[in-house]
Amino acid sequence: MLILHCPYCGVDAEETELHAGGQAHLTRETVGSDDEAFEDYLFMRENPKGVHFERWRHASGCGKWFHAARCTTTLEVFGTYSAQTTAPPREICDAISGKRPGWSWKTFSARMFS
Amino acid sequence: MSEVQGLLRSDGFVAVRQLPLRGMITVKGDLSATALKNVATGLSGVDFPGPRECNCVGDNGIAWMAPDEILLMVTHATIPDAMAKVAATLQGQHYLAADVSDARTIFELEGAGVREVIAKLAPVDLAPDVFPPSAFRRTRLGQVPAAFWLKDNQTAELICFRSVTQYVFDILTHAARANTQVSYF
Repeated sequence: MLILHCPYCGVDAEETELHAGGQAHLTRETVGSDDEAFEDYLFMRENPKGVHFERWRHASGCGKWFHAARCTTTLEVFGTYSAQTTAPPREICDAISGKRPGWSWKTFSARMFS
Repeated sequence: MSEVQGLLRSDGFVAVRQLPLRGMITVKGDLSATALKNVATGLSGVDFPGPRECNCVGDNGIAWMAPDEILLMVTHATIPDAMAKVAATLQGQHYLAADVSDARTIFELEGAGVREVIAKLAPVDLAPDVFPPSAFRRTRLGQVPAAFWLKDNQTAELICFRSVTQYVFDILTHAARANTQVSYF
């Protein structure tokens, strides 16, 4: 059972109180984008074995969307953070680096802050 | 609005009672704004709650629903006045106030095993040191959204959507039926 800390209301909510929102940090391609970028935005998603960034909504609680960084193989949660960001904050990346040295995910990686 | 079938009630090791309609106003806005705090405390007569808290005396209270949302509770008959006062006080500010009184049902649970009855149905740690009286939790109960707080160690109030009143009453009654105490807390 996955337990995520909601950074908005401060509740440690378990999976059944949350709604999964899929991959985090998508760039929304829109008017003016080329077809390939738009196709990527619409259809292409990461499916990593290991470090992953996701969006979650505290559906039965405060109702807020937030981000979570976790490991897809061990279900270990590295941390949760605000939805109002386009990249994981430094403390989250540091926490992941501490446990999964050399990790990378799309354009984010352990090297970002080293 | 009248309740055609009367108020539901059952008695197990914890009594489950549906309470008469209560005035409820959802207020969204900046919870640190003085005007919002003043109108909420002025109408309810209780202190402004901190995060995950509910202050409630009788029908009057304030529950902290989210970082930008409170539930203001007043007696049902005073709703028009309360809505007018909220609108007058917060005029010009970025806020939302909605009268949700008739969308909600409120239950009172009373008995020594009240924590246990809720813990059987909600994914919440109800240990006395984690969930003291005045703590408030918005969560799910069985399969539907609900929120509850403890008035004291024997009494809880629980709100849910009115459309799921019978379901919530049934699962609470089932969880509270006699001789099913787990005596965990």
